[in-house]
Amino acid sequence: MSEKIVTLSDATFDEHVKGSDVPVLVDFWAEWCGPCKMISPVLEEIAEEQAGKIQIGKLNIDDNLDVTRRFDVMSIPTLILFKDGEPQVRLIGAKPKGQLLEEISAYL
Amino acid sequence: MPERRKVLIIGSGPAGLTAAIYSARAQLEPLVIEGEPSSNSDQPGGQLMLTTEVENYPGFVDGIMGPELMGVMRDQAIRFGAELRTAKVSRLDLSSTPFGAWVGDPEADEATIEADTLIVATGARSLMLGCPNEDRLLGYGVSTCATCDGFFFREQHIAVAGGGDSALEEAMFLTRFASKVTVVHRRDELRASKIMQDRAFKNPKIEFLWNHTIIDVLGDTKVSGITVQDTLSGETSELGVTGLFVAIGHEPNSGLLKGQLELEDNGYVRTFDRSSRTSVDGVFACGDVQDHFYRQAITSAGSGCMAAIDAEHWLEEHGE
Repeated sequence: MSEKIVTLSDATFDEHVKGSDVPVLVDFWAEWCGPCKMISPVLEEIAEEQAGKIQIGKLNIDDNLDVTRRFDVMSIPTLILFKDGEPQVRLIGAKPKGQLLEEISAYL
Repeated sequence: MPERRKVLIIGSGPAGLTAAIYSARAQLEPLVIEGEPSSNSDQPGGQLMLTTEVENYPGFVDGIMGPELMGVMRDQAIRFGAELRTAKVSRLDLSSTPFGAWVGDPEADEATIEADTLIVATGARSLMLGCPNEDRLLGYGVSTCATCDGFFFREQHIAVAGGGDSALEEAMFLTRFASKVTVVHRRDELRASKIMQDRAFKNPKIEFLWNHTIIDVLGDTKVSGITVQDTLSGETSELGVTGLFVAIGHEPNSGLLKGQLELEDNGYVRTFDRSSRTSVDGVFACGDVQDHFYRQAITSAGSGCMAAIDAEHWLEEHGE
């Protein structure tokens, strides 16, 4: 995994997401989810290319049910973009890189 | 200048990747346009990326996870020199040879790739119900992927739409989480295989609602129920469920091919003489885009092998 991606948990979520100077794109994922695997390399690329503009965080839903429930995630992969700790936009399902960037660009 | 290939393969499910393995071993240096991430089955790896355990693929005594199987097939294709590109074909021109394929802007003057032979392995995608609020609630209780989303329905009552093997597989998988699964089917018998029916009828968590169609999904920010209609009496009623999993069948990913080669009335690519040949000389089709009957990983892989061999023979005959 790219060093630029941060692993989030129920315990560290607020600290990371609220404390971040840049928007945080949180990937709600699980080991058993095929489409999650598909977007993983896309997120790695975005983390490298947009370093300093956006922080990518990964939250394993199996291990972190509190945050998963708090944001009513009911389908994975779900990506939620947080700015100043507040959710701005939610993307459900795997998407190509171009479309993903387009949908979050307004919030960066 | 377009890049030139002897063999271009579109799609990367079992059919596309098997065609890639065979044509790469035959030194034809195939290029596979594998698709882009999506959650609706035209993605890299195909429909198996949305499944869990595959129990009936020969060679795996204890079964193998769908995404893992596709991962090893992909590695096998790469090992023999196949090139895979994560992209989508936006346009095809099959009117003259070499065939043209566009990646990215379909309006561009020049094709991105020119190919002597084309292997179409674009697969099929899940059909949706088409009822008013289905789309709005997709991801908020409406799902086409039990393996992705079943987890979120622990101890809840959910509905599955459909009556085929995939519907029963989803229903069975969902009983790991749900307290009750109601299979809503528009007829009074299932088209699923006998073994799946037996398993489903024996499962105490699965109930059947026969002769009903789903006409709407209810819920403000997430699913709270569905409206069903009795196909015999026409009466409508509501069923209080928090999830709806749609498994009513598939449609072929053949949009790119419309008007370019012969399709069956149902949109599937027509192949000829028990081969992978299509109505256009030099274009071959394999996997679910040309098969609405067997639709198995193994038949798909088998037809991918046929397509690679057919393409290889074609190239030999045409002195390439």
